[in-house]
Amino acid sequence: MKPLLEMKDIVIEGCTGESWDPIIKGLNLTLTKGEVLGLIGESGAGKSTLGLASMAYTRQGCRIASGSIVFDGQELFGAPEPEVRAIRGARIAYVAQSAAASFNPAHRLIRQYTEGPVQHGLMSTAEAEKKAVATYEQLLLPDPENIGYRFPHQVSGGQLQRAMVAMAMSCQPDIIIFDEPTTALDVTTQIEVLAAIKEITRRFNTAAIYITHDLAVVAQLADRIMVLRYGELVEENNAREMLENPRETYTRDLLAVRSFQKRKNLKAPDDVVLKIESVTAGYTGDDNVLESIDLEIRRGRTVALVGESGSGKSTLARVITGLLPPNQGRVIFKGKQLPAALKARKRKDLQRLQMIYQMPDTALNPRQKIRKIIGRPLKFYFNQNRKQQQRRILELLEQVELPAEYIDRYPTELSGGEKQRICIARALAAEPDLIICDEVTSALDQLVAEGILKLLLSLQRKLLVSYLFITHDLATVKAISDEIVVMLQGRIVEKGPKQKVLKPPHHAYTDRLLSSVPEMDPDWLDTLLQERAGRARGADIHPSVA
Amino acid sequence: MTAAFKLLRSAPFSARLGTGMVLITLLAALLTPVIAPYGETEVVGDVWLEAGRQHLVGTDNLGRDMFSRLLYGARNTIAIAFAITALSFVVGVMWGFLAAVVGGWMDQLLSRCVDILMAFPTLIFALMVLSVVGTSIPALVVVIALLDSTRVFRLSRAVAMDIEVLEFVEAARLRGEGLWWLMRHEVLPNAMPPLVAEFGLRFCFVFLFIAALSFLGLGIQPPMADWGSMVRENAGAITFGIYTPLWPAAAIAFLTVGVNLIVDWFLHLASGLED
Repeated sequence: MKPLLEMKDIVIEGCTGESWDPIIKGLNLTLTKGEVLGLIGESGAGKSTLGLASMAYTRQGCRIASGSIVFDGQELFGAPEPEVRAIRGARIAYVAQSAAASFNPAHRLIRQYTEGPVQHGLMSTAEAEKKAVATYEQLLLPDPENIGYRFPHQVSGGQLQRAMVAMAMSCQPDIIIFDEPTTALDVTTQIEVLAAIKEITRRFNTAAIYITHDLAVVAQLADRIMVLRYGELVEENNAREMLENPRETYTRDLLAVRSFQKRKNLKAPDDVVLKIESVTAGYTGDDNVLESIDLEIRRGRTVALVGESGSGKSTLARVITGLLPPNQGRVIFKGKQLPAALKARKRKDLQRLQMIYQMPDTALNPRQKIRKIIGRPLKFYFNQNRKQQQRRILELLEQVELPAEYIDRYPTELSGGEKQRICIARALAAEPDLIICDEVTSALDQLVAEGILKLLLSLQRKLLVSYLFITHDLATVKAISDEIVVMLQGRIVEKGPKQKVLKPPHHAYTDRLLSSVPEMDPDWLDTLLQERAGRARGADIHPSVA
Repeated sequence: MTAAFKLLRSAPFSARLGTGMVLITLLAALLTPVIAPYGETEVVGDVWLEAGRQHLVGTDNLGRDMFSRLLYGARNTIAIAFAITALSFVVGVMWGFLAAVVGGWMDQLLSRCVDILMAFPTLIFALMVLSVVGTSIPALVVVIALLDSTRVFRLSRAVAMDIEVLEFVEAARLRGEGLWWLMRHEVLPNAMPPLVAEFGLRFCFVFLFIAALSFLGLGIQPPMADWGSMVRENAGAITFGIYTPLWPAAAIAFLTVGVNLIVDWFLHLASGLED
């Protein structure tokens, strides 16, 4: 069969200073009608750049240096702009990662839907609006007749992402490029979007390029997978074969992500480090974000706090650190009640409770050298002199597996994973009993995140520090926690030792959360959707049983 | 010193040009007593003489040598303008950061005070205060610096607000750091680029403001030379086709351009962008 899209020897260069450096180093890509191709790789691998190049488009500061892009018999590379523009949006469409940032907040959804087809002269506005409603219906958006007349901020994240998929479908394109469409979503919403994408590509026999860093997600959709690294192809194969039998080490590493398990720390004594008693807190007046939370963390253990965005996980962290004094309840640290407000806490209390943030980029002052970043807690809490500091900083750098010469670098000279290691070193410098880890791996690439998690575990074994691990990523939870606390709308719905929470029977919400985590099995999504549909049907027939 | 020299060598042409221009002005100011052919207030000839062998750029409205006065003016103007700008930045940045970092009532109090100060037209306010406290140079410096610091306050508060919400500031707070550390070590280094740019701009505006005050008789008092008032005093000559007043104006422009060329380069360095 003749391929729909054929990209040959694509070289794309990015502008760094005066010189143009290659980002994509001679890649080939073919796509036949109705085929879904998965592009996998870490950030910086060139996935998005390659995906966009299929429309002969590059982001600012990049250029396609050489190669050929043949779409449906027409060469796009070097073609005049009007010709390419006629194809973009109409025959090749693009779905961006963050729908919330990509929709124009000032226009209603349906108006943005109709832009494409009207601009390309395919239909009148009225026709396009009619078609929009039909597409919304196919994507199972609630109230398809009216949802289009809402503004982007009036629908949920998952709905918005589906609305963007609908928009991409508006001109009935031959190819859709999905650029990490579910990365910013919770697992439970991710399912909706994945199901919608699968449905739409199947029904219209649309070819697609699906870009992601999550192998389990792409396994559900793709017929074929390309693994990219540093702008080069690592491996390309049929999806099923690749999952069963990866050839390259890098692919195997990606597949094995989070398959490690925390070893039980038998030596750990049982004393309670942090105890939270019926804490209720909120930001304004009567609306409580947290409702009577009780929680206990023992020495040397990891308690994972799980929940979707908006469930109050981070708010709880703010209460513990004292940034948000609770309306009711007590925070007891090592048998002593902590003052509610940060200002009233003693230096000694602050030192024992450290925090690591989600974004290492903003958690480190870009104008301070590593020496100052790690050295400051040493000076501040222990009043160490320069020489003592130097020795301890080097020791800490070694503990977080970074070379000693980093001591005189600025954070901007480090990669994301290295920055997160510096954050860990800064927390360790204070010799804490408890570290609150707020989504510490969600901004990092899979393999880098894996390294961070393993580091945290080995540090825990050595130093007997406890972690309160806030995350929405259940794979991480399974790998590192001792105890799990599941939060929903500001309340704890289930808590207990890991084995108990992960084993059925669970609370209904925990069940939903757990079953939504994609598995490395190409049939997982279909099976799950069938199961859920079956259960829903069962519920319709026997409402009393459900 | 070698580091500074090295830095300069790596600087682009525009920055080197700017440095040269500022250095020339500074040198002229420092060496004034040596190179000035006449005294600051010495009447040496007719009014508004043409430029010639005797008087390099002619004479002014009272028959004083323009070139000598330009040199003396450089000394007075640069020193005063620099003192004013520096003072206004120290005051404005301190209060601005304080408002942003402490927030709440402190921010309200400081911001409303600044609003009140800014509600008065600057010139009228300065006139009012100066006519009460008298027109000595220190009074001039303090009054203009205070008035100028309201604008610096606004800017530094806005910049600090953006930095203050970043997590490294929260991390420092959680560590238990005091206000001074937060302002000096966490916020200030990250606020430098816009502040440096503003410094260059304010420095130039200060000349003009002094000139305006001098024109109204409340600025630098005659017969002391300063560039702004020299433009004003000789402005009438333009109507006779004599371009004497253009000389002090050109001097202001020369220094302004020089300072801003350096500021541009600083900005570039501070933003951390490679070329």
